[in-house]
Amino acid sequence: MKCHRCPKVATLHITEIVKGEPEELHLCEDCAQQYLAQATTGAGTEESAGGLIKSPSGMGDLDLAELEKLVCPTCKLTFREFRNSGRVGCAHCYSAFRDELLPLLENIHGETHHCGKFPKRAPDDSQKRFQLIKLRNDLRLAVAEESYEEAARLRDQIQDLEHHLSQETAE
Amino acid sequence: MPVVDLNELIGTRGEWMQGKGPESDIVMSSRIRLARNLVQFPFLTRCDETVRGEIERTLRKQVVDLTLGGQLTYFDVEQLEGVDRQFLVERQLISRELAESHGSRGVCFTEGESVSLMLNEEDHLRIQVLRSGFDLDGCWNEINRIDDLLEERLAFAFDEQLGFLTACPTNVGTGIRVSVLMHLPALVLTKEIQKVFQALQKISLAVRGLYGEGSQAMGDFYQISNQITLGKSEDQLLKNLRDVVPSIIGYERKVRGALVEDNRQALHDKISRAYGTLKSAQSISSEETMHLLSSVRMGVNLGLIDDLPIPTVNELFMHTQPAHLQKLRRSNLDSADRNVARAAYLRQRLAIAQPGDQN
Ligand SMILES: [Zn+2]
Ligand SMILES: [Zn+2]
Repeated sequence: MKCHRCPKVATLHITEIVKGEPEELHLCEDCAQQYLAQATTGAGTEESAGGLIKSPSGMGDLDLAELEKLVCPTCKLTFREFRNSGRVGCAHCYSAFRDELLPLLENIHGETHHCGKFPKRAPDDSQKRFQLIKLRNDLRLAVAEESYEEAARLRDQIQDLEHHLSQETAE
Repeated sequence: MPVVDLNELIGTRGEWMQGKGPESDIVMSSRIRLARNLVQFPFLTRCDETVRGEIERTLRKQVVDLTLGGQLTYFDVEQLEGVDRQFLVERQLISRELAESHGSRGVCFTEGESVSLMLNEEDHLRIQVLRSGFDLDGCWNEINRIDDLLEERLAFAFDEQLGFLTACPTNVGTGIRVSVLMHLPALVLTKEIQKVFQALQKISLAVRGLYGEGSQAMGDFYQISNQITLGKSEDQLLKNLRDVVPSIIGYERKVRGALVEDNRQALHDKISRAYGTLKSAQSISSEETMHLLSSVRMGVNLGLIDDLPIPTVNELFMHTQPAHLQKLRRSNLDSADRNVARAAYLRQRLAIAQPGDQN
């Protein structure tokens, strides 16, 4: 079979889901490299979250078929439906599709760890661990802004908290 | 809770329209929204009408007796007429999405209209706080308190790594949308606004026009808001805007100053003509009204018009929109009739500002 983009022989066969319809792409090695590079760098410009998910690099028919079978056990949303709409169906979708969602979240937000408000009803232990993430984040910022007094204060707070947490786990 | 007639709202003005607060000549309002979902229900796209109804009832029971400062009003949005929904959109009490979707949904808001809670929007709950002028900290303190109050009564979907879980992954984490509505006529007039857009894009802030349907802002109003919601604290996201908005304000002021300095006569002429048209037109479209009111608003802030208070100008932006006009006239009007009614309303309101003028 001939490559779709040049006269060379196609060695990679990629199935893209375009508007819910599978679309076959046959490419030679060079064109496939190009295609995959575009698929990862071009991702940030799209509006809809679902549109951000391009075939991850190197993904052939088989992997994609596997992805297509993914279903959230709670709300029964399929990964394919999520891809098309850009909306998850329930809170559990975030666990069911976690591996696929994390790169997408990284694309959208540039980060994958929450470090804002934490519900008060959450267990004390996870609150502390969470507080730690937030403080480390603040520290990084303080250092970047060269606010060294603030950074020193944060470092003390972090050490305190780490100490507390290690004691609790030891108990 | 008293039943409030929607028609009575027309005689009142939202607190955020008072034209008070810091930098209110350029920053019309500050707004924060939080997206929250109840842990025990799926997100709305996976709910049938029965479950939607259950979510609405669950939330309604908990929100209507919150202590939010002032009396609360609740509207079952599904039961409202189209023009009433549009009316709430124009008042910024509900989003266009809530107005135009289907099934059980509602809105609860305070007397001064500065707090509003949307039920069954894209997420189960959207909390909104709106304030006059540049006052993000005021918005945050209030919305954070409301969120705390709600959290005592409701369990929100939350993940230790990802934070608050939302129907769309673009809102996950803090679920916060911080925005500032700016009036930037001088930057638009001199086309300097493009530079502002480019600069904002680089620091992942989004810019939208307010009253326009598409991306083109009408009346020179632009809404600037955070694009990302995950991986930064609410404080940091607020700080982003708190840092950048003053420089845009400074830029707009500088360009206004230069316009007055270099082209005072041309500017005065443009503003006076805009004012004159608004005071005497017999039929006027919504777009033209926005455009001319924008010039007039700048004229008032530059001291080139001295008989018109800013809150009145702010109110005219709202009252000349389709649903408000129809409420004022107490009848449904088609587009051509609205243009005539709008011109009559403007003549009447602006004549009051000029005692010597015959109505
Ligand atoms: Zn090729
Ligand atoms: Zn699900």
